[in-house]
Amino acid sequence: MKPSPFRYIAPLDLDEALSALAASPDTKVLAGGQSLVPAMNLRLTAPGAIIDINGIPGYDRVTVAGGTATIGMLVRHMDLARPGFDDPLAGALAEISQHVGHLPIRTRGTFVGSLVHADPAAEWCALALATEATVVARSAGGTREIPAAGFFLGPFTTALREDEIVTEVRIPLLGSGTFGFAEIARTAGDFATVAALALVRLDGDAFGEVRIGLAGAESTPSRPSAAETSLAGQRVTTEAIAEAATIAADSLQPIEDAQCSSGYRRHLAKVLVMRALQQAVGRAA
Amino acid sequence: MKVQLTVNGTSQTVDVEPRRTLADTLREDLGMTGTHLGCEHGVCGACTVLVDDSPVRSCLMFAVQAGGSKITTIEGLADGERLHPIQQAFVDNFGLQCGFCTPGFVMLLEGAHRMGIEPDADALVELLASNLCRCTGYVAIKEAAAQALAVRRSSTAPSRGRPAQPARRPTRRYR
Repeated sequence: MKPSPFRYIAPLDLDEALSALAASPDTKVLAGGQSLVPAMNLRLTAPGAIIDINGIPGYDRVTVAGGTATIGMLVRHMDLARPGFDDPLAGALAEISQHVGHLPIRTRGTFVGSLVHADPAAEWCALALATEATVVARSAGGTREIPAAGFFLGPFTTALREDEIVTEVRIPLLGSGTFGFAEIARTAGDFATVAALALVRLDGDAFGEVRIGLAGAESTPSRPSAAETSLAGQRVTTEAIAEAATIAADSLQPIEDAQCSSGYRRHLAKVLVMRALQQAVGRAA
Repeated sequence: MKVQLTVNGTSQTVDVEPRRTLADTLREDLGMTGTHLGCEHGVCGACTVLVDDSPVRSCLMFAVQAGGSKITTIEGLADGERLHPIQQAFVDNFGLQCGFCTPGFVMLLEGAHRMGIEPDADALVELLASNLCRCTGYVAIKEAAAQALAVRRSSTAPSRGRPAQPARRPTRRYR
């Protein structure tokens, strides 16, 4: 199908975009368009106006300063295949980028757009949650810094207001930590049925800090904190990892759809959390 | 809105509604129907074209967004009667049945090449998973893609039209 008619606004600086957004409530912001345009083509959404932010300079790169990587609103999935900085976070971004869509989707779609779209199965949303990222939202009225933990409110629903644009996302570097990532999807490039990201910092031969993010398991990205806590201070053993994976799976309220029952999702979560933790521990060794 | 595009080396100016997709502009306004439209929501890949040498889904980009860009479509690959190596590889390997998906697959592979992506066997399968073939002729498409890669690897200058490794093995495929 074809999209409904809309007014096209292509500002060349952010202030112009923000005032246009404030002036017209029935408006959508267009970055990569890999989720918005399909929804428009299917007439699931029919915004009266589109603000195309692709011409706004300065937001198409990843910058690193003070222990934080900042991903601008026009950084494409493809750009994260080579994030261009030295930290385990760069490795996580590079590896996970290969699971996001297909090459022609990655050349257009953006990291920030994925967060704002908030598909429960999106890998980037789970990464933002697990890394305790900060979402920076700008409006004509000012700037809000929203912790990822308070950003994802429901499926395709975020804490973003209609007059706000997410201009960047700040992610703390992992430093001495390591990551593990495991995903099951029906086909290469498809949304995750379930995906798990584990971030681990070892303290000698014991777990120090552990953070886990899950995509596709619940109606929002999930962070099974009970499983994280169960590992803190524990010696690194296969049993401890298996126990934590079971705790993680048991803590979920998995969604159910035509592809996958909630019981199977719970099983996937357990297996994938285990694999991700093992991978993260293996990288630390 | 007036939009200037360079399509296969020729500057074109079209006057389109903002909601006109790049795919529809190529097909309806410029009469270049080699770019096919299957699902129109980014799933099938039939509409894949190159925008500034990167493969994109032209059904998910509005023509007004492509202003000033260099667009390459399936019509821009062959050198007169001489097929582009990827096209020739599809012919040699029976990489098409109805042919509807073929322009998308060819542009996907050409786009990956122009981006400097040199996939190994596994990565090639993942790359090809981007596009759908409803005839399900994936094995032949994979072999065509592998031949195209091999041709390019074996020749420093891209050889046009003459495949370095003809790969006609119909008995295996149609057994």
